[in-house]
Amino acid sequence: MHIMFFTERAYHAVPEDEVFKRRSFFGVPNKFFDAPTGARLLNEYIDEKILCDELGFDGLMLNEHHGTPFCMGAVMDVEAAVLARATKRAKIVLLGNPIPTVANPLRMAEELAMIDMISGGRLVPGWVRGAGSEQLANNANPAYNREYFDEAHDLILAAWTKPGPFRWEGKHFHYRFVNPWVLPLQKPHPPIWIPGLISPETVKWCADHRYPYVALATLLGPTLEMYNMYAKRAADLGYQAGPENFGYLQPVFCADTEEKAEELGKNFLFGGGFSHFARPEWMFPPGYNSKEATRRLAAQAANPNLPGNINGMVDHDPVDDADLQALKKKLYDTYPQWLKESQMITGTPKTIVPKLRHVLEVLRPGIFSFWLDGPSPLKDRRRCVELLGKEVVPALRDIGKELGLEDPFSRKPGSVKISGKAEMVGRPDLLQASA
Amino acid sequence: MADNFFTEVKFPVGATELKVLKAGTGKPLLVFHGELGFPGPAKWMTALAEKRTLHIPLHPGYGKTPQANWIMDMRDLGNFYARFIREQKLAPVDVIGFSLGGWLAAEMATANSAQFGKMVLVGAAGLRPPSGEIMDMFTLTARNYLNANVADIHNAGDFSAMFGGEQTPTQYEEWEEARAETARIAWQPYMFTQSMANLLENVVGLPTLLVWGKQDKVVPLSVAELYKKQIAGAKLVTIDKCGHMPEVEQSAEFVKEVSAFLG
Repeated sequence: MHIMFFTERAYHAVPEDEVFKRRSFFGVPNKFFDAPTGARLLNEYIDEKILCDELGFDGLMLNEHHGTPFCMGAVMDVEAAVLARATKRAKIVLLGNPIPTVANPLRMAEELAMIDMISGGRLVPGWVRGAGSEQLANNANPAYNREYFDEAHDLILAAWTKPGPFRWEGKHFHYRFVNPWVLPLQKPHPPIWIPGLISPETVKWCADHRYPYVALATLLGPTLEMYNMYAKRAADLGYQAGPENFGYLQPVFCADTEEKAEELGKNFLFGGGFSHFARPEWMFPPGYNSKEATRRLAAQAANPNLPGNINGMVDHDPVDDADLQALKKKLYDTYPQWLKESQMITGTPKTIVPKLRHVLEVLRPGIFSFWLDGPSPLKDRRRCVELLGKEVVPALRDIGKELGLEDPFSRKPGSVKISGKAEMVGRPDLLQASA
Repeated sequence: MADNFFTEVKFPVGATELKVLKAGTGKPLLVFHGELGFPGPAKWMTALAEKRTLHIPLHPGYGKTPQANWIMDMRDLGNFYARFIREQKLAPVDVIGFSLGGWLAAEMATANSAQFGKMVLVGAAGLRPPSGEIMDMFTLTARNYLNANVADIHNAGDFSAMFGGEQTPTQYEEWEEARAETARIAWQPYMFTQSMANLLENVVGLPTLLVWGKQDKVVPLSVAELYKKQIAGAKLVTIDKCGHMPEVEQSAEFVKEVSAFLG
């Protein structure tokens, strides 16, 4: 089992009401950004990753967002480059680079190759389409998002594996001279993992490429459906998908007491959390969704992919301060629901492990990432990381062994051949029993 | 307006089957709809259809006519329609274009002004505004963008009859299709062709009427003035208490001006 640590590198010094006013982190004016605070936070987050490396986490997961206090990692490869040199052992897992928003995928191939080189072959790159708002922030035409994604992916792989110099005349990208000098250390190229938020198209694409699919804190039931969709597709291609093909990201808040852990957990809902990432007009720019997804959305105003379905519940901008406070209360009142649906796990190492065991038993992922976020004091964050690393990670390793949760390094994804029907992944029966 | 006001006709244009709504009697009038797709029947159509046969093609990718994935900019779409006009032997045909449809007509005129008899541009995009900006529909929901198309939402002529009430799932899907295709064509630069002002100097001998709402918040009046300056002999009519949709918000005055021009 491959165990990772993740945080959004949020700028929590933003006034929370500014987020609630807009029902969105994206679009909060950057006059609320204080540079010295930002500098301090970015370094704290890097130090936290270095601590995770020292504590024995297997992977340090990063992601990228633009124009939002939700995540300051607007150029994730810069952080990855720092970690490449400053850490010793852990994989540097990028989930992922929003390749449709990158105007120059060849440059991305070069950046990643350098990170792989400097880290001594510890890079795990991953690709995403980018949230809707990233298309606006980067002026990347959302109507061509899927086409950009496919072509940029093919180009990066070609740049890494096809002897240069060669020419690239695609539909969207054109190069007269592809011959990057620095190539990845890992051959033929670094392992690629793909994160997702319940997109059937992405899941099928992952199965086609034998790339592990990492579900980003999505509800357990729909996550299992995606895993099994992957397994069916894999069976059509002649292989059995197993734990090595799947990953799961889980908000986990650990402390010395239940009360403190609960405090950290509640902080995760700061500003409305995940569900207030961006407004519908920014989440779904023109042509970003497939026709099928648009049809689904037409029937429901809410974003179905996010836990708690909070957007559906809060359907208007606050009209005054009383309304804003009422809205805030409504969102924080969803806290028990998050716990009930295992969307967030809080507690001491002793109480957390059985809850995590349940998630691992149901989903059977070979990759698991802790997710820590929220405006908690630095000492509480550090204590959480320490407890996870020293007490929870070793326990999870044992559970992983017991459950046979192979990871992509212990068993190559797509290497188990089958003929005929796929064995289903996970244990929906256990999920039902817990409900 | 009767449900059977339009007849739907299909014409192959290359590999694409173009759907065209036809109505009325008399000389053809080609109607290019705007960025949110065909708005459905409207009073102004009935009025113009008394003397003219309206040909309203439903642009590829806007829901009814299938998407043609080779169409990636306004030049492509303009050439698609140039082929349609030539193959259907419509030239020289009078044309009226609304907003993005106005840009389309202007683009076609720059390539071959002889394919048109007379041209009417209504709140047309297509030019970089010398002052002000073209409102960006892509940072708004379709509904909010549509509402910004009129000067006074509470007193906007035919607007509430055409677009009022709760947004339906069908409307949402149709608008999303229209937004997606508009993004394919007009994402960047947004809603204009860089060289348009220069190219318009080659539009000669084409009687042109520009119709603009005085309170247009979507395409600034400065664009109308630049069209007037660049197209020899173009006439500009502005309508008061009116935003980006004169045909909807002030339909009587709109019909009066357009009918007088088309003759």
